[in-house]
Amino acid sequence: MKTKTFLIFVIPSLVMMLVFIAVPLGISIVQSFQNTQNVLIKKEQKKCDPFGCQKVISTIPLLDEMGKPVTKTKWVGWENYKTLLEPDRVSQAFSEEGGGFSELLGIDFYKAFRFTITFTLLTLPMVIIVGLILALAVNSIHRRYRGPVIFITLLPFVITPVIGALSIKWLFIGDGILTATIEAMTNSDIAVFSNPLAVEALVLFFRVWHTAPFVFVILYAGLQTLNFDSLEAAIIDGASRWERLRYIIVPHIMPLIVFVSLIHLMDAYRVFDEIIGFGAEAHVMSLQWLTFDFLMPDDTGNRSIGRASASAMLTMVGIIILLIPVLRRTWKEQR
Amino acid sequence: MKLFKIAILLTASILYAAASSWACEFKNKVPVNSLSNAFEAFKVVTAASAECGNYKAELDIDFKNKQPAAMAANPSQYTIGGISNSTIVPLLDGNLIRPLDQLVAKYGSSLTESQKIRIDGKIMAIAMMVNAQHWFFRTDVLGKLGIEVPTTYKEVLEAAKKIKKAGIVDYPLGATFKAGWNLGEEFINMYLGTGGMLVDAKNKPAFNNAKGVATLEMMKKLTRYMDPEYLLSDSTYVQKQFQQGKIAMANLWASRAGNIDDPKESKVIGLIDYAAAPAFKAGGAPATTLWWDGFTIARNISDKEAEAGFRVMMAGIDHKVLAANPDAAIWLSSKPIESRMAKGAVASAQGGAPSYPASAVTSIVHTQAGQKIVDYLTGKKSAKTALADMEAAYLVTAKESGYVK
Repeated sequence: MKTKTFLIFVIPSLVMMLVFIAVPLGISIVQSFQNTQNVLIKKEQKKCDPFGCQKVISTIPLLDEMGKPVTKTKWVGWENYKTLLEPDRVSQAFSEEGGGFSELLGIDFYKAFRFTITFTLLTLPMVIIVGLILALAVNSIHRRYRGPVIFITLLPFVITPVIGALSIKWLFIGDGILTATIEAMTNSDIAVFSNPLAVEALVLFFRVWHTAPFVFVILYAGLQTLNFDSLEAAIIDGASRWERLRYIIVPHIMPLIVFVSLIHLMDAYRVFDEIIGFGAEAHVMSLQWLTFDFLMPDDTGNRSIGRASASAMLTMVGIIILLIPVLRRTWKEQR
Repeated sequence: MKLFKIAILLTASILYAAASSWACEFKNKVPVNSLSNAFEAFKVVTAASAECGNYKAELDIDFKNKQPAAMAANPSQYTIGGISNSTIVPLLDGNLIRPLDQLVAKYGSSLTESQKIRIDGKIMAIAMMVNAQHWFFRTDVLGKLGIEVPTTYKEVLEAAKKIKKAGIVDYPLGATFKAGWNLGEEFINMYLGTGGMLVDAKNKPAFNNAKGVATLEMMKKLTRYMDPEYLLSDSTYVQKQFQQGKIAMANLWASRAGNIDDPKESKVIGLIDYAAAPAFKAGGAPATTLWWDGFTIARNISDKEAEAGFRVMMAGIDHKVLAANPDAAIWLSSKPIESRMAKGAVASAQGGAPSYPASAVTSIVHTQAGQKIVDYLTGKKSAKTALADMEAAYLVTAKESGYVK
């Protein structure tokens, strides 16, 4: 292809990637090393409201000649990362009088990190296994019924995660239908959302339920390209179902399994919708949720942009580290 | 067929006329809009303002995240902002709202002095209602068991114990303990009830002490009598618990009293009465804070829009409108509006409950309390550790924003 034609096709994408990905990423990196504050002054104010008048000493932003608050931006280096990772408290936790892991998990970042890693690494095998079982099952159904069955199987993936999480939350919360049924059957009082383990299990289950159809579709497509000759040969040689699966089917669709793992690792590490949908932030929090929380202003508009950027950077570094083994395998296959 | 259509139109227009029997007294010609919270009181007032024409109300429970940025735009995205004593702080700090003295002189003759929110003498907002969390209780349950209305939290625990033993309701207590803003509010209410200070003169944290520990311990004792999913329980949840007859007592927002008597949803109509919030200990002030909600006008708009917006807003909080909806809120108005709902809040105010100490620094304490106390309530941390974590988190945020050096 001529270079010019190549450039004409590629430049729009490059420009968009630059504007929407590279530049914001660069800004985020820079912001994680900075801190922007209002310049504050102390002023005595007389405040009157329906309950009376009071004289208070307030700390308020200084205003410039235009009436806008004066801000100053400082380069703080690793300060934001240090407040996130709290190295002093970590070393103190693992010292003699420290509380060990339980004290470490009291620090927000590590609590979020623990949940995110557990979530990612537990859902990965579950999603692949469930997807594979579904693909094999649908593959053995009579051709006539495959269409409707595939449609129904895909439905969980189609539902918007937040809506899906809310619906499932309402099934279990308080006296939701499922909780009430279980309570009636076992004659006990259950409060699903007061139990952190139950909440975490629910969040995990929801992700598996939501993503398995995606894995199913990919692996099902892979199963269509199976070579029936080798399968027949295996049956004639007396291979059991399990042996056929292990030695013929799985190696054939391994590239697809690797691809699906790649996608899932990237997505699961950024878990956020489930935490919001289930209202689980009381018990568990993820790294993405932590970044979101820093960005949320409190009642007086305070936002922690520096720490949010640092958290986002650390999340990105985490994803990259997690993806290295999978990428290496893909790289080797390409050669 | 034609006769039928005429009959339908006639009926519809009579019904419409009856529904909109209050009409705005001036025709607004300048397009204005507002952004406010979505609870009942704002719905009532903005619906009345809409009668003036050329007015669009946006009701959003996440208004406080949108307002500072929207009003910092030039021109401001909203003419009018619905605010509370806490959410006005970012608008004041950012210099985003305009003084209303001239507009009040021209159009605000029906306003009482207590409605004029003054900062250093300048009127920065108009208050339309007051609100507070106070004691709601089932008269039939307390009456049946011969329990006096509790005035201190010690009495609350004793009453709850008796109610639990009797087993008449699912849970003796309800509370807005939802992790986040609600839980933080409960901590601040209880802590101020002990007489403690949140921060000192240098904005350094002053809650990591015996009073803080006592506050946390009392909150934990109360959770034993609540629905175990209390960390998800916000005011709507508690309101529904009352409506479904599941709880006997709670410290709930006065603005919810009207809903609890809603004939469409409530099973306990007429069985709820109100009292001042209990005090932390005998002789103390009710452990609650007083709030007001109202309106401000943006700074980054033309004077014409500001004037139109002010007039539209005044029409919305006209006495006739408020008197037609006496149970939507505890209204502030030139003429008193009788409402049974005001009983608990008035009693709390008379008992000496403080107004919520709204400031940027209080917000930081509030946010941290809402997050760091959860682990103590679920038993994962001791009270001292939870307070130490709260203090550390407060200092990080306060230093980052420059409130503490």
